Amino acid sequence: MNNIPEQLIWMIPGLPLAAFVALFILVRSLKIRSNLNGYLAIAATAASFALSLWVAAGLFNAPAEHGITGFEWLNLGGILVIELGLTINPLTGIMLVVVTLVSLLVQIYSLGYMHGSKSLNRYFAFISLFTFAMLGLVMADNLLIMFMCWELVGLCSYLLIGFWYHRPAAAQAARKAFFITRIGDFGFLAAILLLFTSAGTLNVNDIHAAAIAGAVSSTVITWAALGIFMGAMGKSAQFPLHTWLPDAMEGPTPVSALIHAATMVASGVFLVGRMYPLFELSPTALSTVATIGAVTALFAGTIALVMHDIKKVLAYSTISQLGYMMLGLGLGDVAIALFHLFTHAFFKALLFMGAGSVNHSTGTFDMRKMGGLARLMPWTCATFVIGSLSLSGIWPLAGFFSKEEILNSALSNQPVLFAMALLTAFMTAFYMFRVVFLTFGGEYQSRLKPHESGKVMIIPMLVLAVLAVSAGWLNLTGRLTTILGHGHEQSWIYGFLGIFTHPLAWISLAVAGSGIFLAWAMYQKRWLSARKVAWTFRSAYTVFFHKYWIDELYEKYIGARLFNNGLFNLFNRFDAVVIDGTVNDVAGLNLKSSKAIRTLQNGRLTQYGLVFLFGIAAIALLVIFTG
Amino acid sequence: MNWPFILPEIIIAVSAVIIILADLAKPNRWLSSVLALAGITAAAVFTFAGDYSQPASVFNGMLTIDGWSQFLRLLLLAVSLGVLAVSIEYYRKLEYTWAEFHALSLFALAGMMLMSSAADLVSAFIAIEITAISFFVMVGMLKDARSSEASLKMMLIGGIASAIMLYGMALVFGSTAGTRLNEISLAIGGMSNPSAGLLLGMLLLLAGLLFEAAAVPFHMWAPDAYEGAPTPITLYLSAASKIAGIAIIARVFTTAFSQPQNLSADWGVVAAVISALTMTLGNILALSQTNIKRLLAYSGIAHTGYMLIGISVIGLSQGSAGQANLLFYMAAFALAELSVFSMVIVITRYLKTDEISGFAGLSRRSPRMFALLCVGLFSLTGLPPTAGFMAKLFIFTGAVNHGLLWLIIIAVLNTVISAYYYLKIIKVMWMDEPAGSGEIRPGTPAGMVAFISAAGIILLGIAPYMLLKLAEGSLLSLP
Repeated sequence: MNNIPEQLIWMIPGLPLAAFVALFILVRSLKIRSNLNGYLAIAATAASFALSLWVAAGLFNAPAEHGITGFEWLNLGGILVIELGLTINPLTGIMLVVVTLVSLLVQIYSLGYMHGSKSLNRYFAFISLFTFAMLGLVMADNLLIMFMCWELVGLCSYLLIGFWYHRPAAAQAARKAFFITRIGDFGFLAAILLLFTSAGTLNVNDIHAAAIAGAVSSTVITWAALGIFMGAMGKSAQFPLHTWLPDAMEGPTPVSALIHAATMVASGVFLVGRMYPLFELSPTALSTVATIGAVTALFAGTIALVMHDIKKVLAYSTISQLGYMMLGLGLGDVAIALFHLFTHAFFKALLFMGAGSVNHSTGTFDMRKMGGLARLMPWTCATFVIGSLSLSGIWPLAGFFSKEEILNSALSNQPVLFAMALLTAFMTAFYMFRVVFLTFGGEYQSRLKPHESGKVMIIPMLVLAVLAVSAGWLNLTGRLTTILGHGHEQSWIYGFLGIFTHPLAWISLAVAGSGIFLAWAMYQKRWLSARKVAWTFRSAYTVFFHKYWIDELYEKYIGARLFNNGLFNLFNRFDAVVIDGTVNDVAGLNLKSSKAIRTLQNGRLTQYGLVFLFGIAAIALLVIFTG
Repeated sequence: MNWPFILPEIIIAVSAVIIILADLAKPNRWLSSVLALAGITAAAVFTFAGDYSQPASVFNGMLTIDGWSQFLRLLLLAVSLGVLAVSIEYYRKLEYTWAEFHALSLFALAGMMLMSSAADLVSAFIAIEITAISFFVMVGMLKDARSSEASLKMMLIGGIASAIMLYGMALVFGSTAGTRLNEISLAIGGMSNPSAGLLLGMLLLLAGLLFEAAAVPFHMWAPDAYEGAPTPITLYLSAASKIAGIAIIARVFTTAFSQPQNLSADWGVVAAVISALTMTLGNILALSQTNIKRLLAYSGIAHTGYMLIGISVIGLSQGSAGQANLLFYMAAFALAELSVFSMVIVITRYLKTDEISGFAGLSRRSPRMFALLCVGLFSLTGLPPTAGFMAKLFIFTGAVNHGLLWLIIIAVLNTVISAYYYLKIIKVMWMDEPAGSGEIRPGTPAGMVAFISAAGIILLGIAPYMLLKLAEGSLLSLP
């Protein structure tokens, strides 16, 4: 691992944390000019990124698992010992690079996008805290620390979605995100407790070792794996816990790019990957993951077809792609899922930044009010098209290679899931180019004069565009998937061109191409009227447009009827009568006795002396009778 | 003679004398403070730099200087520094006895530091009396009716306690023919069965020592003294003198009476029973207090109870466990008292009343002070993520491992009761309408003390092992 000193590895999460502390405590009280805050956070993340790259490069050449012992954090009589340590392996290495790089670019982009916004201090402080928590989650070597960081990223997500807390929609969305992910976290926590009671340790590697050695019963493994997956479903917005992610788009767009596209939402995929040895031992859990993944991919894809809000399309697309990753995991391969996570982080962050750039100049996210921006915002348009091509899976861009691996794996294992994934690929190409043509093609629809965004926003987008093209090439030789544990090495020429010897490549290209063509025909050439198509398929269109009425189901029926009127009402009464009643009575008794005993303390010295002597006599009696 | 080992005590005592002499020559408010500060700093440096890897015997075995001494010396020095810094807020009331106040504080400090190292009944007695007499005087320093009454009461009850303790020492000496703690231990080891005289002597000694720590039923002086004394002295009594009292019980009993097993278990059980009584009575009486100083006095009594759990564990395990947890608890308690009292001193000085109702609306008048006070109160209650939570957690789990589950159930119930009156203070500050307007601002020293101790509370609440490891390296040296 290039012999990096351990102290430097501690600095990877340490620097963003230090930036957070500095921003939150020092700068706040010293009232330093707000621009400096951004630079401080960026400097910390940049250093962290450099270190991550160093670590990852070492792992790329010589994949290995490194444990870095930290210190004992809590030791309760030897029963519960919690050690704080870090783990570095290829999986974490890749995540480190993704997290620090995207975080760095997003922070640079934010300098432009958030310019002039109030409380930038708070913004950069939270982003730094998020980066720290995400890195901690990735590097933690035990489940408890992992869970704490897991909750911390959830908290940061909450705080940043609600960054403009004076807007009711943002505050509402923040709360929703917090609650819905909490349902999943409940499963994760239950799984942690289950594993701790049966394996007797919280250390991830020890748990894996115990599970593989057969020290944990298969039922426990299945339930634990399902619990962990439940946590992952919440964070990665898998059906049916997906409803928070589209609403989370109320947050600032750079936050959406960082948290709700590239990193936090992918942490569910990472978590399943990290705990993969457990999943491998449980076919039930694996097939659940695969099915939920495929269903989510298709389901979210259909909704993305009909949204008018550019960020909503991207949000459903993210859900759909996360479903793809879960499908990859469920098919028995961490490597391909992580490869897709890797490429997706770049092109999806790029697309969000593009959407932010468009919004920055037009002031809206509604695509019906856009159009013709290609000429007015050439850089944004070019990078957005690159991102869309990559996401659609067009050769030789990054998305093609990673998607190809998942489709290939599905084809050889689960034909039904393969068909769903292929259909999703078609829809992905269609809805992305629907966005492209509606936004950048045609004529401009509004009176405001849009302008290209500044350099500070364009440069991060260019960097990501380069990565959206080239990130997939890292695996041309199969190196990336090999160090992740599943894959075979080959020559890069074969990886680059030889892939076409397999018919699947042609099929997926044809599918993606036809999706793009359809979008072109409908929204650029207008050979087909979108309105007519919607009318022809009006029943499906209505279902998609109302997002399958899932929000309504949750809010009106499960939330309002079942919980509010039913269960909570019952609990409330129990609380008022039994719990409060008991507490009040006990408290009353204590207060009464307090007043009664108080009279003893009357200030008379002789009495104090008497109590003293009686006390000694009582102790002597106690010793005589017990000893 | 190993005099460098007691250099810190010598420095403190000499500084005290210099302060008095300087004041005779030319009274100056700041000179006293600076001299005291210099003395404490120098003593801390020497304490910190000393070599404590091997226990050292001083004055022919009158004192044993070991890791335990170092930990407590540093803790007591830190608390004293905090007390003297905070007392600057109190200058107006102590104007005419300012130098004496500093000198007596340092004498008391020297006494308490000696208490942490006493290895002989005689040196223990002398150290206790140095401390106690300094405190009698300081409690009466306000010279009003309450203060004088408190001082007199404390002195008279203290006299009874000393007499009882001396009687106990005499009985122990009579049974074992030794005053060195390790000689006593050896002599008891040679006996077939501890005699009744020895047992009685041990109990009387324990009673006398428990007086210092204000444990039930030897606590009755405490509320009156706490209320009447100048508030910095209340803080000093509560944070330092209590700790020194618990520490000397741990040293004397662990060194002298931990063999044989049934003798050790005897005082372990007595400590457990007294602990249960102390925390229950302290907490219940605190419920109905309306005066903040009295409330904190009872709260301090309750905390003596929690610390006695640690003593009980030491007794039941024959000195093999519980010491590090006890040291951690002492440090956490001292930090919480510093953070709470420094703010209480500022507020009560400003409002000219000690009633809790005067704190109304503080969250709006001085949000920062409110926050610092809350940290301290949370820590006293034992809520995470504060040092107080970790301290209770360590003490409680240690006790459960030594079969004291019944005591821990009582302790947990007590923690719940205590939450009521601690949170009531916060409720008054947070929800009630402010009585007056205008921000209450602490002076820089008091503000610093509150901030540093609050930061320490949070830090130890998140990373307790930073201190616990240190405490584990500072265990008593056994004979």
